[in-house]
Amino acid sequence: MKSAVLVFPGSNREGDVARALHMVSGVKPAMVWHADTALPPGTDLVVLPGGFSYGDYLRCGAIAARAPIMEAVRAHAARGGLVLGICNGFQILCESGLLPGVLVRNARLRFICREALLKVERNDTPFTRRYARGAIVRYPVAHGEGNYTADAATLKRLEEEGRVLFRYVMPDGHRDDAQVLNGAANSIAGIVSEKLNVLGLMPHPENHVDPVVGPTDGRALFESIVGALEKA
Amino acid sequence: MIPSEPKITPELVAEHGLKPDEYERILKLIGREPTFTELGIFSAMWNEHCSYKSSRLHLRGLPTKAPWVIQGPGENAGVIDIGDGKAAVFKMESHNHPSYIEPYQGAGTGVGGILRDVFTMGARPIAALNALRFGDPKHPRTRHLVGGVVAGIAGYGNSFGVPTVGGLVGFHTRYDGNNLVNAMAVGLADADKIFYAKATGVGLPVVYLGSKTGRDGIHGATMASAEFGEGAEEKRPTVQVGDPFAEKLLLEACLEIMEAGCVVAIQDMGAAGLTCSAVEMGAKGDLGIELDLDKLPCRETGMSAYEMMLSESQERMLMVIAPGKEEQAEAIFLKWGLDFAIVGYTTDTLRFVVRHKGEIKADLPIKELGDEAPLYDRPWVETPKQQRIDPASLDITATLPGALERLIGSPDFASKRWIWEQYDHLILNNTVQRPGGDAAVVRVEDGPKGLAMTCDVTPRYCEADPFEGGKQAVAEAWRNLTAVGARPLALTDNLNFGNPEKPEIMGQLVGCLRGIGAAALELDFPVVSGNVSLYNETNGRGILPTPTIGGVGVLDDIEKMATLDFKANGETILVLGATTGWLGQSAFLSEILDREDGAPPPVDLALERKTGDLVRGLINDGLVTAVHDVSDGGLLVALTEMALASGIGANLAAPPPDMNPFAFWFGEDQARYIVTVESSAKALVLRRAELAGIPVAKLGTTGGDRLHIAGERPIVVDALRERHEAWLPIYMGAGLM
Repeated sequence: MKSAVLVFPGSNREGDVARALHMVSGVKPAMVWHADTALPPGTDLVVLPGGFSYGDYLRCGAIAARAPIMEAVRAHAARGGLVLGICNGFQILCESGLLPGVLVRNARLRFICREALLKVERNDTPFTRRYARGAIVRYPVAHGEGNYTADAATLKRLEEEGRVLFRYVMPDGHRDDAQVLNGAANSIAGIVSEKLNVLGLMPHPENHVDPVVGPTDGRALFESIVGALEKA
Repeated sequence: MIPSEPKITPELVAEHGLKPDEYERILKLIGREPTFTELGIFSAMWNEHCSYKSSRLHLRGLPTKAPWVIQGPGENAGVIDIGDGKAAVFKMESHNHPSYIEPYQGAGTGVGGILRDVFTMGARPIAALNALRFGDPKHPRTRHLVGGVVAGIAGYGNSFGVPTVGGLVGFHTRYDGNNLVNAMAVGLADADKIFYAKATGVGLPVVYLGSKTGRDGIHGATMASAEFGEGAEEKRPTVQVGDPFAEKLLLEACLEIMEAGCVVAIQDMGAAGLTCSAVEMGAKGDLGIELDLDKLPCRETGMSAYEMMLSESQERMLMVIAPGKEEQAEAIFLKWGLDFAIVGYTTDTLRFVVRHKGEIKADLPIKELGDEAPLYDRPWVETPKQQRIDPASLDITATLPGALERLIGSPDFASKRWIWEQYDHLILNNTVQRPGGDAAVVRVEDGPKGLAMTCDVTPRYCEADPFEGGKQAVAEAWRNLTAVGARPLALTDNLNFGNPEKPEIMGQLVGCLRGIGAAALELDFPVVSGNVSLYNETNGRGILPTPTIGGVGVLDDIEKMATLDFKANGETILVLGATTGWLGQSAFLSEILDREDGAPPPVDLALERKTGDLVRGLINDGLVTAVHDVSDGGLLVALTEMALASGIGANLAAPPPDMNPFAFWFGEDQARYIVTVESSAKALVLRRAELAGIPVAKLGTTGGDRLHIAGERPIVVDALRERHEAWLPIYMGAGLM
């Protein structure tokens, strides 16, 4: 598996996701500078990591979405290549039009770093094949602007097409939109593109892969990707 | 001399925070009247914040050496050898005055400044901590300050990408007009690749890197060296504005430029900006520095030499670049989109020369600017000793469970989750002990080593007995590191006091420093860096003496790390160390009986060391399942914290009949740890304690869902948790989420 992790000025979780990919796949990803115009030949997976690209100035993800490397990412996605955007990466994917909707400030206006419970809504995607359908997993969140919002028609379409892949849930496994930690519409934590090859999510699976550090619920997401690419 | 520059008058000298005799000293030193720019430079170099003129004499007594110390005080940060060719680089620094005036930017730039101190030395920051003190929660400004300071720390650290893993937060009315923000950063470097401020080589380019210079923070250090009166808010323009994005770029660019072998010397522009950094680089290397301000990257037009020399704009560095490396260095900086300008050269004249628009604005002897700064042996008086409190003399109407419920929900003991959940404490994926434990633990690269870190001080003790309070702060930091299984290696001290021109305040500083020195020496826990913040007074009223100690230790194997949560039902709970029921200056006395008096608990340093060594050995040998140090709040608060962290309750025996139960459960005797042991290990643990000569007592057994002291009303752990978690979110008006 060949993966590429993009590095924008202000990215800061690129090392965490590179480490997780290395741990799970045994291969170190290529670190690709935002000003480059091409991905390394044969790239299977592109990761847009967490952080504060361009300081989150203007709007989070807005400037990075216009970086030179993003043309190559769009072309990769159009070919059906896998793209994973985590946290700031999700924000960039929304700003670049690869995913619908937008992430605005958390409802309580504060940054939140804590473990969140998520429901894996389907397991027939390249990102979730190693989870059971409906599994409840724990990933940490660490964001100030993770409140997913879209117009009613877009939300309806996402739901009808089954494109909400991760949803915040309460300890009893049910969603509660009034209590959701960041105010996200429909308790959305992560969505996929129509062709299921582009995933954007706010929580950090890459921070829950190592038993020395904490829970390991995030591992299966990376194992799913490795498995999907091996099969292909 | 441009005619528009103000004439030097006694009033102007006073406005620069210089006393008449200090101005006389300047005249004698340079043999003429200083220019306006020179006056500004002297005020920047000779204020309390930069010159340590009141504390220097007494700081000399601190132990700073050990075989593992690579760099002690005097550089941007302390450096210790942690083995395997690696070094930990760390320091704590205050940003008190700015954080009161403008809490968000004040606290944020405090974090920025300390991170810069660490990466200036070639280390990548791997953790941040902070020690915060606020006024009475009922004071009208307190809520605003808590919200702003926490958001400021979060806004800077989270964006920069360093995990904020620990710290402390306390409230007391004596901080009403002067909240404290002490920020600590810990970095990791190769032990043989540490960078210093000392310039070497004549005729080498002095390079300016980072953000542009603006008019912000002018006289910030001078402001921070004075008391507040009415209208402190008007000093807002002296507070800098932080840009964590620029700092993140500066970090990456600096580490890259160092890796490429371009750097001879490096100094960040912190307090007193360009002035202080340039003078330090030259003076430490016995070189002169000549600056050409026409080359300085400026944010605004029309800035004067005076403004450029005194600006405290953030995210800036000064470097001396190796011969022939200018182009390579510039390419790296341009890649990161940062300013790079050659603004001067090193010389062999030992003069600090500043040129602007074809004129010489300053020409001063560089060594004397630092070395000849005033040094005061200020008069001081010893703090009068207080009597030991006899528990029998106290009129206690509370019940034990009632007192516990009140304590655990009080501002100082209530959960600080609302605060640390705003800090990204997980980034870098090395946080093996998250906030809430005795010490934070961060894995070193891919392990198995880990670094433990903590911030500690009990200001009430320091006020009542500065010597014992200073000792206790060091001992508690050492104990917290020990409680997670780490070997304590070194400390950084952040000394926050009132006006040193008052003999009583000076007595507190002297006493605390002696206590810190005595404990650091006895515990082999040297001081490797630090910072002094004086004049924390408003309208003549000073803060509680607050010498915050930041401790760092190493764990050889993080898999052996101890945590404080009860692990299983049916385990034996032991306390190691003697319990005499010391209530003087205790949290119980303050919170339940509303009195802050009596002698604070004394620290027997030899016993502290022996007890800690025993506990560390037990952890290392896997004989204990949970470990928690006993500090303020005593045994019962410590046990409650162990129960809250796990959800497991405990059945506790009644105290010895000859002891007042409140004194037993809430007394704050030092050098104590609570441990839990499986029944198979109990005999061995008791034997080891006996061999070490450490008293040990059985407190009870873990199990159930409540804390139950024999003969008292049982308290459900979940109900305690509700109280514990409720106070801060409700206070901040944010509901329970």
